[in-house]
Amino acid sequence: MSSSAEKSGEQEHSFFLNGETISVRAFPMERLLDVLRVELGLTGAKEGCGEGECGSCSVLINGELVNSCLVPVAQVKGTHVTTIEGLAKHESLHPLQEAFLECGGAQCGICTPGMILASVHLLEKHPQPTLEQIKEGLSGNLCRCTGYMQIFEAVRKAAYGESQR
Amino acid sequence: MTERHIIGAAVPRKEGRDKVTGRARYVDDMTLPGMIFGATVRSTIPRGKIKKISFGPGIAWDGFVIASASDIPCKNCIALILEDQPCLANGAVNHPEEPILLLAHADRHLLRKAVDAVSIEYERLPALLAMEESESKKEIIWGEDNVFKTYLIEKGEVDSVWKDAAHIVEGEYRTGAQEQLYIENNGVIAAYDAEAGVTVWGSLQCPYYVHKALMALFGLPAEKVRVIQMETGGAFGGKEEYPSMISAHAALLAKKSGRPVKIIYDRAEDMVATTKRHPSRTRHRTAVDANGKILGGEIEIAMDGGAYATLSSVVLSRGTIHAGGPYYWPHVRVRAKAVATNTPPHGAFRGFGAPQTIFAMERHMDRIARAVGVSPIEIRKRNFLKTGMTTITEQEIREEIDLSGLLDRAVKLSNYDEKRKEFGAVKNGQKKGMGVAAFLHGAGFTGSGERYLNSMVGVEGLADGTVRVLVSSAEFGQGTNTVLCQVAAQELVIPYELVTIAQPDTTVVPNSGPTVASRTAMIVGKLVQSAARGLKQTLIGSGFLQGTYTPEEFRKACKEFVAVRRALKSYSRYEAPPGIYWDDSKYKGEAYSAFAWAVYIAEVAVDPVTYGVSVEDFVALQEIGRVLHPLLAEGQIAGGVAQAIGFALYEKVVWQEGRMANNQMTNYIMPTSVDLPPIRVFFEQNGNVHGAYGAKGIGELPMDGPAPAIVNAVEDAMKIRFDSIPLMPEDIFRATTVRQDA
Amino acid sequence: MKDDPRNYELVSPDSLREAAVLLSDDPGRWVPIAGGTDLMVLYSAGKLTVRNLLNIWGLSELRQFEVTPSVLRIGAGCTYSDLQKHEIVGKEFSMLAKAASWTGGIANQNRGTLGGNIANASPAADSLPALLAYDAVLELYSVRGVRQIPYSEFHLGYKKHALAPDELIRTICLPRNTKGTISYCRKVGTRNAQAISKVCIAGLARIANGVIEEARIGMGSVAPVPVRLQKTEQELLGRNVGPELVEKARRSVGQQIQPIEDIRSTAQYRDAVATNLVEEFVQRLCVEAEQQ
Repeated sequence: MSSSAEKSGEQEHSFFLNGETISVRAFPMERLLDVLRVELGLTGAKEGCGEGECGSCSVLINGELVNSCLVPVAQVKGTHVTTIEGLAKHESLHPLQEAFLECGGAQCGICTPGMILASVHLLEKHPQPTLEQIKEGLSGNLCRCTGYMQIFEAVRKAAYGESQR
Repeated sequence: MTERHIIGAAVPRKEGRDKVTGRARYVDDMTLPGMIFGATVRSTIPRGKIKKISFGPGIAWDGFVIASASDIPCKNCIALILEDQPCLANGAVNHPEEPILLLAHADRHLLRKAVDAVSIEYERLPALLAMEESESKKEIIWGEDNVFKTYLIEKGEVDSVWKDAAHIVEGEYRTGAQEQLYIENNGVIAAYDAEAGVTVWGSLQCPYYVHKALMALFGLPAEKVRVIQMETGGAFGGKEEYPSMISAHAALLAKKSGRPVKIIYDRAEDMVATTKRHPSRTRHRTAVDANGKILGGEIEIAMDGGAYATLSSVVLSRGTIHAGGPYYWPHVRVRAKAVATNTPPHGAFRGFGAPQTIFAMERHMDRIARAVGVSPIEIRKRNFLKTGMTTITEQEIREEIDLSGLLDRAVKLSNYDEKRKEFGAVKNGQKKGMGVAAFLHGAGFTGSGERYLNSMVGVEGLADGTVRVLVSSAEFGQGTNTVLCQVAAQELVIPYELVTIAQPDTTVVPNSGPTVASRTAMIVGKLVQSAARGLKQTLIGSGFLQGTYTPEEFRKACKEFVAVRRALKSYSRYEAPPGIYWDDSKYKGEAYSAFAWAVYIAEVAVDPVTYGVSVEDFVALQEIGRVLHPLLAEGQIAGGVAQAIGFALYEKVVWQEGRMANNQMTNYIMPTSVDLPPIRVFFEQNGNVHGAYGAKGIGELPMDGPAPAIVNAVEDAMKIRFDSIPLMPEDIFRATTVRQDA
Repeated sequence: MKDDPRNYELVSPDSLREAAVLLSDDPGRWVPIAGGTDLMVLYSAGKLTVRNLLNIWGLSELRQFEVTPSVLRIGAGCTYSDLQKHEIVGKEFSMLAKAASWTGGIANQNRGTLGGNIANASPAADSLPALLAYDAVLELYSVRGVRQIPYSEFHLGYKKHALAPDELIRTICLPRNTKGTISYCRKVGTRNAQAISKVCIAGLARIANGVIEEARIGMGSVAPVPVRLQKTEQELLGRNVGPELVEKARRSVGQQIQPIEDIRSTAQYRDAVATNLVEEFVQRLCVEAEQQ
């Protein structure tokens, strides 16, 4: 058993974060969201509901979209975790980030990190998505500001190079 | 000097890059050295006296900082309009979740355990949990008669119209509470220092409201209270007045502990304890002639304000003034009241009383149409206000408006006629219908409100030659930062990139008024325009700049001025336009300096298996003066329509003993990306002399129309009348069975 | 976030066998946690009373599919996303794939597992009616060995199930006998995505020459456990499809369900919609029979 020495108490959890190896000391049941925000100072993932409904805590684990408020840190051992902070390489933005800026996809911005990661995940699965696929792919990320219209535009723009205006 | 086209261009959102990279800093992203956490112990009953407070076993209470009403240095109230709402309950509670005690500790988890370990014994008192109970006055829970405020509008001689009426149409319409559901919960960090006083960083709309409230609570002068707005993750009115409460709590704990204190609500607490939209009931009794023209009528409005007055008088005011819709009423009497119940106080939410009364008006227009035997389109055309006519407050419409033309355009854009024909032909399966709502929304504070606000705005030239806008107006997604910088850049004829905007900090920015009432682009924008003009004139007048100049020359002049004169700041204060007349006692006159006008059309389908309503298509057409930024304007309308679709069909607050029982995102349902129709937004621009570059306020407008348009469409589809929202599938089911039984 | 990570123990066995040993050494102490989409919600709300969690996420033995000529064996650790991607699930057990696409949003589908959905035993769970309609058989694993139990016998009452304290759900076995059947499933929720169901149906039938040879109807959110509408199935078996059958089927539903009033909906609504769903199912069969 991997933790035979320590049945309770803090443990070391090693995983890849935005491409770099990392090790964090935390209680195994600490939520990945809190480890990211508090221990690691990566505040891009947000807590909107704490129950996996709003998606503002979304991150990618091994390229799969998950709600980090529902993931105990012990379960990310050895995985590749990507947060919004890992999306842009140096100063140039990811095409989705550019598209969100060009199309008005971010208003108050609180859902935006999660929404962009959900869009990344969506475009990996469906590089040329239909509107239905875009809507389905983002149905786990709540936005209260935009009514989603300009978010769909942004995803279309990133996928097809131009929006439908 | 080239003509710059910044106004009307889709310039990049000022803080957009930070938002898409996750760098934007919201209050919970911030930590201060030595910071501890605060939490609130709240009432579990709707009304009663506090008999005993016990601190349970298993908690090392010595390690906690505990604050109660007795720790409040000056006035135990959240200063807003009246002073009836305590910051902390002092011996008595008047609503569930009323704050009683504050706890602080460095261990966030232990803190939660401690809150649960406090037990309170109450002597229960009878509570009023609904509007009708309050109106019955079987208990008096506020003032002399449970009534926070009343208004009476009388135009013409309404008692004379009934005898000539071909039809007298009556109706009663209800709207429920609605939770703003900003995705970022309320939160604040407060610090206290004997020298510097109180500093607060928060998620908020109105830094100076918080400033005023903290001054009163602590008995501190203005310069000893500092309020800073952090990036704010949505607000919609829900962070207009509530932040004063949570800031007061954090500041009290900061003072008592000597450490910075962070209070962040989780979703459950935010939903159950903070403000919601006022539930309403509006009754119409209207006299119309044989052609459906309104001869006159009576409108009776009641709103549930919750346990304390807070903003109810103003919400009621706006609801009252909008109650007549965009129609001509030769005679009308409007009676309105806001009453107290033992529920958490209701507050500001986009629309602020107008969505409630416009729902009633637009449902009622369809009812009048049916009584008269005329289409919903025709009935409206026969009653629309025209240039030169007066509203129910006898405000003359001076601008050129063509509401019939607007309606015709919406009808065309939505294929209203063709679709209704097609739907009428379908016998089985899904029932489909089309519904219209025509409405107006007055931007800015009512009547003499803007004069009372006395807003001031600054535009500053910096040492590096760039320009900075100084306002207390908050950005929370609607585009404040972007639009105000556009205005300054356009006025100064310099690139948008050379203009920035200061983070709202009461030690840095003047009070440009609260970020509410759809006033920011229009009114504050106009002040930014004049302050920028003042800055330009200062540079030119002092010889640093020629009358015509390039951006490089401007920048150089600005640098030089600051180097020599040390500062370059231009301020502009609000001046009421001349000839504005408003009688606050009779509620007569120029209620708003500008109205935006709109016609919305909804296409709905009702599923015969599930009784669920799906909005299939939505046309939102509005005249808004000037589109300052096409993406932002469109985004505001789309977002508002989505929120209003929630108001109409999904967002039901389930009350149990005065408390929101479904205070989780799992059970309070807002629309997801797969629940909304294509929202097709169209603008007309007829200018506005009172707004920056001709703009009218639009933030709240889109909240007013969708609900009645949708319910009108459902009635068109089902041939059953529904007069209450939210309209749930269960309500439609119940109505169909009643139908079958009848 | 209402609970304290310090109050919980989470152990990660390296194998299924190791997990079973732990359960057997201390039955009742542990609750297995897979994707966490149910348990972590309770935890955040301060309502997770069991303090010792057995981490079975990442046990590859549980996250496998095995296809034999007669059975599709689904590992209990397979996620809803895994289900949607699997070819045989899509071809022969489409209602399960459908249900998997209804459960939460994509982020929850990437983590939620079929085994977790079963063990959590909510009568509103989306995949359970489909499992009933497919006559699923569960394999339960412990140090004492493996035992099989028809899924229809798994739920004993509201949130009570037949798992012994030392047992884990290892596999969900679906008999590959759906060829030539017609399936119909629908979820009625509070909105189109991320919704808890108000009523949920999964129906399967086989028709030959206009006669119903086989009918299996699973339904959720209408009783303390997900149910098979056996009386309705009896009404349909051996009958000719037609409008009179639709009416018979409608009338049979009410006596088999006990829907409740709760924070999301009313008993009368659930009753009416359940009946409408059965009607829609039988009407679907009528259409199919005509086309045959």
